[in-house]
Amino acid sequence: MTRPGALNRAIVRGFSPFGGDRAARLVPQARLVGPMPWVIAIMVALTVVAAAGGLALQNMADTARAELSGGVTVQVIEAFPAARERQAGAVMEALANDAKIATYRRVPEAELDALLEPWLGVGATDATVPVPALIDVRLRGVADRAAIDDLQTRLLEIAPDARVDAQSGWLQPVFAAITSLQWLAIALVVLLALTSAAAVWLAARSALGSNRNTIEIVHLLGGTDGQIARIFQRSIGYDAVLGGVAGLAIGVAGVMVLGRQFAALGSGMMAGGGLTLPDWLMLAGIPVAGVVIAVVTARLTVLASVRRML
Amino acid sequence: MSDFDGEIVAFDNVGLRYGTDGEVLRDISFTLYPGSFYFLTGASGAGKTSLLKLLYLAQRPSRGAIRMFGSDVITLPRARLPAFRRRLGVVFQDFRLVPHLSAFDNVALPLRVSGMPESDVAKPVADMLDWVGLSHRYEARPATLSGGEQQRVAIARAVIGRPDMLVADEPTGNVDPEMALKLLRLFEALNRLGTTVVVATHDVHLLKKVPDSLIMRLDKGRLSDPTGALRYPPRAVRRESSAP
Ligand SMILES: Nc1ncnc2c1ncn2[C@@H]1O[C@H](COP(=O)(O)OP(=O)(O)O)[C@@H](O)[C@H]1O
Ligand SMILES: [Mg+2]
Repeated sequence: MTRPGALNRAIVRGFSPFGGDRAARLVPQARLVGPMPWVIAIMVALTVVAAAGGLALQNMADTARAELSGGVTVQVIEAFPAARERQAGAVMEALANDAKIATYRRVPEAELDALLEPWLGVGATDATVPVPALIDVRLRGVADRAAIDDLQTRLLEIAPDARVDAQSGWLQPVFAAITSLQWLAIALVVLLALTSAAAVWLAARSALGSNRNTIEIVHLLGGTDGQIARIFQRSIGYDAVLGGVAGLAIGVAGVMVLGRQFAALGSGMMAGGGLTLPDWLMLAGIPVAGVVIAVVTARLTVLASVRRML
Repeated sequence: MSDFDGEIVAFDNVGLRYGTDGEVLRDISFTLYPGSFYFLTGASGAGKTSLLKLLYLAQRPSRGAIRMFGSDVITLPRARLPAFRRRLGVVFQDFRLVPHLSAFDNVALPLRVSGMPESDVAKPVADMLDWVGLSHRYEARPATLSGGEQQRVAIARAVIGRPDMLVADEPTGNVDPEMALKLLRLFEALNRLGTTVVVATHDVHLLKKVPDSLIMRLDKGRLSDPTGALRYPPRAVRRESSAP
């Protein structure tokens, strides 16, 4: 035997129709030389990357939503600095005495200037452009329409130029984009699964063709369709395990590299895009699914073909 | 065996055509009795191989009825045919050895297909290969064997499972007369153990070598009955239960 190894033997035993290692050689195996393990490896790697992307987007959106769920921004839009400061002070005071407010923070001017500088130029903000006073507020509950309207009404009494906005409001288009990307990832995963099945179908058919004589002999010696199918299932299952492990390794390496590059962006939004343990487990399940697809496809292909024999 | 008392195979008005050509076999009716030894003779092209294909369930007849081991094999569900095939031993005219398996594994194939535990396979296979004089070629691939050696592997594979019926298509066509006689003795030994034997041959000298044999003759797709064996059933042959 030229194919030792515990894994190999386990597979041979697991799928063995005749219960012996020798029977495993019934169909000649072109291990590693044939394209099958590589095709499956590429499919699995691409699927892992696509699925990881989808999961990371999901996490990112979840984190952003959670962070923003209770968040509102109060702007005091008043051109005259003195009036602006007075209204802002009144708002701060009202917030301090409001039981529905968890935390609040006046965004310092320096911070605002820094935010606006790229757009308006250095020093431009000092006097020429009136910048609103910004207060970050976190509600105890969810910042839904009713809560925002309620706060708005109360603040208007003390600060006529105060405007309350949900922080997630400006993110809605981003969430929509993330959702489309997720659908894209799901579609990719499905397409890759179909392509893998098609590739296995072709491989099983060509294996059937080149082993037709052997199949006929086993058939005439009283081999059942199930036994004949299992010969190919085992053979393709072995290829799929090999390809799946390689594909997972390649895919995970790709995901780690991508993850590191996104992390290097240092963007607050990307920070939520990491993968959790369940995510990693799901990725690890992809090659398992690949093996199942390969084995089931091989079985159905072989059965459909041998049923034509008497 | 209770499920085919009196007959092991019965053909009734069987006809066979390949594609749209004329019938290769016509109006074939006969009965094979358990434990008998049959020769099927006829000129090349008479239809011997075609008849045997019907016998070893590789081919469906175009018309007529075939009963085997007490069942109508024409109407039998496909899934039940493997069980019937396992009761047959077949020596194919073109041997049909699995090319990438050793002589040993080729002979072991029927035992493994029938699910025999691996630990029980080695001894009978080795014994059988020794019997056909191939004890030195266990690991040889068919391509490295001579025609006669391949034929002996094919015969070993056909008889290894102690079948209820042995069907052999020109099994001595590639061996010298001495080996041919030895193989006939093997068939006879198997026959004495209760196996019904059907040997197709165009070699009329072979017929005389098995004294109790019955002869079926095919002529251009029609069966004749020169010894009356098919019309008048032979004496019942008792199965022996002892091992060889
Ligand atoms: N698969 C086939 N397709 C078409 N014709 C066939 C096929 N097999 C055999 N024949 C024809 O059937 C006739 C009988 O052939 P065969 O059964 O092989 O005879 P034998 O074994 O007595 O030489 C021949 O004329 C042969 O050409
Ligand atoms: Mg012939």
